[in-house]
Amino acid sequence: MTELNLVQAVNRALAEAMRADPDVLVIGEDVGLNGGVFRATEGLYKEFGADRVIDSPLSETGIVGAAIGMALYGLKPVAEIQFLDFIYPAFDQIVSELAKFRYRSGGQYPCHVVVRAPYGGGVKGGLYHSQSSEAYFAHTAGLKVAIPSSPADAKGLLTTAIFDEDPVIFLEPKRIYRAVTGEVPDGDHRVPFGKANTLRQGDDVSVFAYGAMIHPVLQATDTLLAEGISSEVVDLRTLVPLDEAAVCASVEKTGRAVIVHEAPRTAGFGAELAALLAEKCLYSLKAPVLRITGFDTPFPYALENLYLPTPERIAHGIRSTVRAG
Amino acid sequence: MTSSEEPARPGAAAGPQDTRGASLQPLEYDEPALQLLLGPTWDETLMTGYRWMILGRTLDQRMLGLQRQGRVGFYGPATGQEAVSVGAALASGPPDWVFPGLREQLLALARGHALETYVHHLFADNVDPARGRQMPCHPTARDVHYVSMSSVVGTQITHAVGVAYGQKLRKDPGATLAFFGDGATSANDFHAGLNFAGVLALPVVFCLVNNQWAISVPVEHQTHVAVLADKARAYGIPGARVDGTDLVAVIAATRDALARARGGGGPTLLEFVVFRMAAHSSSDDPKRYQPKEFQEKARERDPVERLEGLLKRLGRLDDAGVATLAADADARVRMAIQTAEAAPQPVPDSLTTDVFSSVAPTPR
Repeated sequence: MTELNLVQAVNRALAEAMRADPDVLVIGEDVGLNGGVFRATEGLYKEFGADRVIDSPLSETGIVGAAIGMALYGLKPVAEIQFLDFIYPAFDQIVSELAKFRYRSGGQYPCHVVVRAPYGGGVKGGLYHSQSSEAYFAHTAGLKVAIPSSPADAKGLLTTAIFDEDPVIFLEPKRIYRAVTGEVPDGDHRVPFGKANTLRQGDDVSVFAYGAMIHPVLQATDTLLAEGISSEVVDLRTLVPLDEAAVCASVEKTGRAVIVHEAPRTAGFGAELAALLAEKCLYSLKAPVLRITGFDTPFPYALENLYLPTPERIAHGIRSTVRAG
Repeated sequence: MTSSEEPARPGAAAGPQDTRGASLQPLEYDEPALQLLLGPTWDETLMTGYRWMILGRTLDQRMLGLQRQGRVGFYGPATGQEAVSVGAALASGPPDWVFPGLREQLLALARGHALETYVHHLFADNVDPARGRQMPCHPTARDVHYVSMSSVVGTQITHAVGVAYGQKLRKDPGATLAFFGDGATSANDFHAGLNFAGVLALPVVFCLVNNQWAISVPVEHQTHVAVLADKARAYGIPGARVDGTDLVAVIAATRDALARARGGGGPTLLEFVVFRMAAHSSSDDPKRYQPKEFQEKARERDPVERLEGLLKRLGRLDDAGVATLAADADARVRMAIQTAEAAPQPVPDSLTTDVFSSVAPTPR
């Protein structure tokens, strides 16, 4: 075990995968000599050279398109999009190509690319360095979507992603890149996809979240313990595949559900979770499902703390849900 | 033909110096020239090419007919563009990879993909390796490194760059061919792909098949550049314009560009000028937008007739030979159609397989 912050854990996963397998390579803007704008690829250029740590021209469609070709040829590319907000020029490549290669070729051309991107608000990044658009990717058949909330999961989920056979959109909560540290297993540490992590056991309400939002959720639920409200906190870890069994089992136990994400509410991933509960667990529910989310607005610069769910807003929501029935 | 009452298209009018849609002066070859360009077995090479071109022309005619009868769902003919696919197939080798556009299926066949398998794909049946998931004319042929295409224009250009990166990184012997049309030069991935390939000096040949039409929009309204091959200059790579109705020229230009790519000389942009002699696809009618004169010019540059004329002039083919080869092609196509029409529809299970490697999509 080594004490690392989240971005160091990402770096560790990349370095160890590249040491283990010469087919793994990294491509993106500023990932080489500069080690990435968040230092996620620090040291890789020196250790593995310019051929495997590629400073690409500034074009997201080029980065993802070239990575797709590399994967078709049998390499294991990890493409870095500097901010999730800049991924849209590559959206066509991700949705039309990456997600569909295996299906449309009848399995002749599997296309395994990991697309890493820092996402989310809380860093004074304004409209274009703060977005949380995981729902677009979860909606696209053929893509897996992983979002770690801790350094150990960052290493474990990224290692799983790199050695998976399917395309993975790997979203990194940049707000807690350095703010969260923790023990990270040494060596080949893999966290399986589709297995949620129950961070707190509880009886009164289930709280579902992922990525950066896990931390304000834990602050809120720890506070509520003093008021006698016992919350079960479930970190989904991967949106696709989704651990439906864990989601349903928790709600069948507590009878109440609160969903927290920083993305806008309309058609966000919370809507999918709420629909799942309505389809599969309706008769276990004692209160309406509540979503605590970002606003249906572009992401604001000055008012980001109003936009983002805070421990206070989350605590208030959980309290009302528990009192509702 | 467009009516004079319709509004003029925006953009600069084509002046006398404008060559965007022009064809090159046709070249005439004698035996020494062919020896020099194609080697001592030039006549076998050209006869092989002719057989494939006849097969392609026969497929187009039969399939458009079957589409009209409702027996296949869609078809995108390559009539007028056969020399590009066949020439590229003859110039390339087994380790080379191909990223096709809509009209390069003949390239897969001439590289060795079975005609029967391709026709199963056109019928979208259960024998189609891709289980009938794609529209017709979108085959996948991994056996000849002919990569699956989407229907999105231009996205394959950056994929070719990625494969070429892999070939260079592993020091493998092959290079990569990327095909796309004149319309694709306006799309994002054309710029991204040529730029990446230039910066990284990759073994890729960009094959721009300028058939002068993107569905209904003529090339003059696609770009303000007089010669599309000149776009190569912006990426610091060589570019050349090639008569794409001339099989000899296509073979020679593609072979040289592939040799330079494999030898570490980096990418090339080849502009093959051809005439789209048929509709964009079974879904449109060129009479709505194409002047009659275009098809008249196109008929003068029919690649099949040109090659036939050359082989006859050099005494390698006569009318009886033409008839025999045409009958052979027709028999092969008919047999493949018969087999495919007897094949079963894709099984329902194939709806949900191959979305992921093993995980099934969310059941409903």
